[in-house]
Amino acid sequence: MEQLAGNDRIGEVIESSTTAFIVQSYRLYNTPPLGSFIQTGSPSIFGVVCKITTEPLDPTRPIIARGEGADSEEQLYKDNPQLSRLLTSRFEALIVGHRSAEQINHHLPALPPRVHSFVTSCSEAEVSDFSNHLDFIHLLLNSGSVVTEETVLACMNQLIHAQPLNPGFRTTVGRALAKELSSDIRQLTSILRSLT
Amino acid sequence: MRDNDINGDSPLSEEQALGLVVGGSLSQGVEIRLDPDGSASVEDLKAGSFVTIHGTKNRFFGVVTDLTLENADPRIKHNPPPLNDKFIAEVVSGTVAYGTAEVIPHLTMPLILGDPDVVPVSTKTIPSHFSPAYPASDADVETVFGSEDDQHFWIGNPLDMQSKLCLNLEELVKRSIGVFGKSGTGKTFLTRLLLVGILQGNQASSLIFDMHSEYGWGGQDTDRNTSVKGLKQLFGSRVTTFTLDQAQTRRRGISTDEVVNINYSEIEPEDIELLRETLNLSEVAGSSAYNLQHRFGQKEWLKEFLALRGSDINELAVEIGVNPQALSTLHNRLRRLERYNFLDASPNSRVSEDTTDKIIHHLERGNHVVLEFGDYGNDLTAYILVSNLLSRRIHERYVSQTDSAEGNGGKKPRPLVIVIEEAHKFLHPGVASQTIFGIIARELRKYSVTLMVIDQRPSAIDQEVMSQLGTRLTCLLDNERDVEAVLSGTSGSRQLRGVLSRLEPKQQALMFGHALPMPVVVHTRGYDEKFYSEVTQRQPAKVDDQGRIETAQDRLEREINELF
Repeated sequence: MEQLAGNDRIGEVIESSTTAFIVQSYRLYNTPPLGSFIQTGSPSIFGVVCKITTEPLDPTRPIIARGEGADSEEQLYKDNPQLSRLLTSRFEALIVGHRSAEQINHHLPALPPRVHSFVTSCSEAEVSDFSNHLDFIHLLLNSGSVVTEETVLACMNQLIHAQPLNPGFRTTVGRALAKELSSDIRQLTSILRSLT
Repeated sequence: MRDNDINGDSPLSEEQALGLVVGGSLSQGVEIRLDPDGSASVEDLKAGSFVTIHGTKNRFFGVVTDLTLENADPRIKHNPPPLNDKFIAEVVSGTVAYGTAEVIPHLTMPLILGDPDVVPVSTKTIPSHFSPAYPASDADVETVFGSEDDQHFWIGNPLDMQSKLCLNLEELVKRSIGVFGKSGTGKTFLTRLLLVGILQGNQASSLIFDMHSEYGWGGQDTDRNTSVKGLKQLFGSRVTTFTLDQAQTRRRGISTDEVVNINYSEIEPEDIELLRETLNLSEVAGSSAYNLQHRFGQKEWLKEFLALRGSDINELAVEIGVNPQALSTLHNRLRRLERYNFLDASPNSRVSEDTTDKIIHHLERGNHVVLEFGDYGNDLTAYILVSNLLSRRIHERYVSQTDSAEGNGGKKPRPLVIVIEEAHKFLHPGVASQTIFGIIARELRKYSVTLMVIDQRPSAIDQEVMSQLGTRLTCLLDNERDVEAVLSGTSGSRQLRGVLSRLEPKQQALMFGHALPMPVVVHTRGYDEKFYSEVTQRQPAKVDDQGRIETAQDRLEREINELF
């Protein structure tokens, strides 16, 4: 997959609600990884990627397997250049906060992002800024997403990597999780074990 | 979670909070959930430590009485995090698994300290939910117990703290004091400290019946096998020593200021009544002393009686109408008194004024009197006889002085603290109603005389007397009945009982009563060279003509006046 440049536009909001929005990538497979931070709108609304899908643009035209005779997967895409136009990558992001007057709020914005808002990835500095408070973990955990645990884990790992100079940050993240998951020690330990 | 900076005006707000109030009641104490940020462990806190809780409107001063381990998910007991995963254990402890402390709030203070007019008062409410709790600072302890000055004597430190914990001397001497503890737990050292405090406070004189010659000219530290200084060595001319046993004083190579001489004429039938137990006398024999007094007169009865021999006693018995056998027993037992060198049979006493007058004279001058018993210290009869006799006469003098002062508006006598050891011998339920000490203990401060009772068996002391003790200081006690007796009538005795039985056998005492705003375990001050130099450098408080104690403000003014 192509490396995403920080703050490069990666897609547009195509569906939006109070708690989440769906983004269509400009390029096939060019989505941020699970659990990563993205922002959209002005002032920014922050989201965490919780679900990535690649599917046909036209739902009535199912995809058929084409690679039986191809040497490699790359060859397959080269032989069928129309694929990148017929398929599309979309991802869903859970809203975890927004910016207002130079301040980052870790709760839902009054209005969701508008459709066709441009979406960019957050730089490490922005991630680091955002993670000064970890209250948004509550939003993530209560999103009702089917892969909550994995999203949280991926997001937390990204946070920890964004602060390599702060060795105690892993524990801070762990404690923030423990506060939210204090009544479910099983889920907590399972996430903690996978924090890197 | 509530921010810790709600009390931004307080110097404490920068300190790490111990935790938050999460529940509790006034009667059982509040529950503090320890350290929500997990930087401190439950092991950092100890039962008996002081804690301040910053409520919304008040600051509460309390004591930790219990610590508990709690969890947010009971499954953690069944599936604890793996031992080798330190990260999980670190994250989980303080969040899912945490400690709580039970704190009894004792006193309420204003949120902002420093106003001298606002004093801590006993708590009648509890802090609201999520009030932060902090370890008590030196300033808090000082606000509660007072800072060391002429009226506050530094007795020791709270457990695990360096703050000075002070006794209010004015309150201390107002009512009787009890010092208790098993043998060898530091009663004598604690008493020495208290006496030094009373000497420094200069609000009362003290009369010490020093059974084992430990207070006047120094005693032995049996644990360290060294000798320690007595009051005389520390305070020189402000302490007058009397001795009953001049021979022993000479052997010790020390000089005493006065020698006690008691004339037979000073012994009264009441004294004999009190000696019934030690002399093994029946009630009839004891009370026949009154008949003798009636027959021979107030002054001469004992001398005349002891001069009788053989059949004369029987004739006398018939004459005064008492049982001859009983009278004969009384005669036999009282002849033991003839062995006492301090008893003087001569009709004209060798000294111009009697011992009582001398003692009162010294006490009125503001001196403190230590009466050393020398070798008689091992003779309970001598101790009881002398202390009872002298105390009675001094008390009589105080009563008449007080009464005349009330009548004519004259000067009331200077308050006096009488120190007695083996107090249960004077104050056991059988005799407490009759002895002078029982009377002094009960009538309180009315006549300016109070008691300091030192004992190892508080359960043997009359309950009525115990209930009148204003301040009690107790070292380790483990007998159930003794603990019960000491704590009777104290609020929160359930919690104190646990504290008392967990005291260290040395240098620790539980103190409560009028001289302290709340019960507290004290690591008592060391009685050593450092202490000597500290107390000798401090000037005693000045007392003016009206018996008022000089305040810091007065002292400043006086010193300015002296300068110019």
